[in-house]
Amino acid sequence: MSGEKELGQLREQNARLQAEVERLKAAVAGPGQQGAQAAAANGAAAPDGAAGSFPAWDGLRHGLSKDQIARYSRQIVLHSFGVQAQARLCRGSVLIVGAGGLGSPAALYLAAAGVGRIGVVDKDSVELSNIHRQIIHRRAPHPPGGLLALGPVGVHKAVSAAEACRALNSSIQVETHLEGLTPANAVHLVRQYDVVVDASDNAPTRYLIRRATLHRVHAVVLCWLHCMRLDACCAVGRPLVSGAAIGTDGQLTVYCHGHDGPCYRCLFPEAPAAGNCARCVDAGVLGVVPGGRAAGVQALEAVKLLSGVGDPLSRRLLVVDCAAGRFHSVKLRAKSANCVACSTHPSITAASVAAYDYAAFTGQAATNDAAPAPLQLIAAEERITPAELQQRLASEPGCVLLDVRPAEQYNVCHLPGAQAALLWPHSGAPSMPPSGGQGGGGGTAGASRPPAHPPLYVVCRRGNDSQRAVARLRELGMAHAVDVVGGMEAWAHEVDPGFPTY
Amino acid sequence: MVDVTVLFFARSRELSGTSEARISLQPGSTTKTLMQQLLSQYPQLEELQGNFVFSLNQEYLGVDEEQQLKSGDEVAVIPPISGG
Repeated sequence: MSGEKELGQLREQNARLQAEVERLKAAVAGPGQQGAQAAAANGAAAPDGAAGSFPAWDGLRHGLSKDQIARYSRQIVLHSFGVQAQARLCRGSVLIVGAGGLGSPAALYLAAAGVGRIGVVDKDSVELSNIHRQIIHRRAPHPPGGLLALGPVGVHKAVSAAEACRALNSSIQVETHLEGLTPANAVHLVRQYDVVVDASDNAPTRYLIRRATLHRVHAVVLCWLHCMRLDACCAVGRPLVSGAAIGTDGQLTVYCHGHDGPCYRCLFPEAPAAGNCARCVDAGVLGVVPGGRAAGVQALEAVKLLSGVGDPLSRRLLVVDCAAGRFHSVKLRAKSANCVACSTHPSITAASVAAYDYAAFTGQAATNDAAPAPLQLIAAEERITPAELQQRLASEPGCVLLDVRPAEQYNVCHLPGAQAALLWPHSGAPSMPPSGGQGGGGGTAGASRPPAHPPLYVVCRRGNDSQRAVARLRELGMAHAVDVVGGMEAWAHEVDPGFPTY
Repeated sequence: MVDVTVLFFARSRELSGTSEARISLQPGSTTKTLMQQLLSQYPQLEELQGNFVFSLNQEYLGVDEEQQLKSGDEVAVIPPISGG
């Protein structure tokens, strides 16, 4: 395993040396050709001086064209950065995993900063609910009625992000990887880039990446995608710039950098229980938090790693509480001598990443901003469809309708007469409403005497939590509790298209 | 008594309803004692099911690590987050 890693590193070293030989050959052949060579390597047009015999502007052999010097001049003249750091940036490459709330601003900043080659990995398409934070997706809407009347909605995220990066800086190379990061392709993809930016929305991927970058840690996000990315980075020795943001909080660190930086598994050897990694789709996220407080730091760390300027955020975890305006930096330990991913004798290697069951490790599938799969937790006869609910609300005055969604969601929209009944915490029973009789969705109470146990219906957002609530209510003796299949989303699709979804 | 400051981040802040608390402990208390005290003071934290790490005076503590506390210490409760 370590042999394969070494082989990969030697191949990369060889490729770099060959590129250097070519550059030097061009330099010997003449300044004009050298300029053209450098420009070609950076994907730029030939510099103005290419045809002349006046090489003084490249006295340090940095290879930057006149256009590049003008474009990046503000950071080139920065004392602590300079032309050589910019040249390293222009020769460098970054793989951005996820073109969402973190990847969007990070990609724009890295493209603008002149990173020579950017790879964007994402398998999802843009949804309307993404755009408040995923600001890279800005394709202009076509006239109403056209296929693209909704602007970027429906466009592949990686394609949309690449378009925006190229529009911002046409001299860089942008590659798209539409299949997403998987255990099968993680090591192969990570190997093609110098630095990996983990900008995804789930834990399994995070572990995978770490494995591929193989030398560092993160106490931050434990979904399997994170695991996968980390593992992939560990395995092939690439630094991983890890970021996560949800609600009004962010967490950031650099894994797999240097010889002693820990990895995610060093910090969190065990994956958190399924469901303990809240995702934006469930927990919500203030739009400016991922970009404004996390992705900017990620882009900055990638620039530092590529240019060799500054001290990377390695062995430190930056914890950001945007609600309180608080930045908390935590010193991390050196990597664990027993870590399964980044120790000297790892059991997870570049060769084994492809076969590792990240979904099993973290107890969840690698879904991003997608809805959880509908579950069948209780018997079919304990459930009714939204259409049946509509009929019963009309025909059963005095029935009770419990809405077990969190208050924030209940306040967005709920059915007339629905009573908020918190399901949380998970283990608890729904808080019971006042005795039945006055609930009833729009029924005409009072026409008849309410039965001893008025009909009791339970709804949630999508029909999973409501089943849990019904099961608990039945345990507590309320055998007449009935679930509504698919929850309020199904209601919107099957009964009332005007009912808001979110 | 040992008086420590506890900072709550992410979900732990939502569950406890505060971003910062002063906790008084018996002399000789450790981070494990603190955890018990926090759970009794903020029973909602049970929801985290141990899925968080402590930092003590801005240094990460391993999941099973127990450290003696002294007055003036600052402990942060840091649950992992995902999302982007």
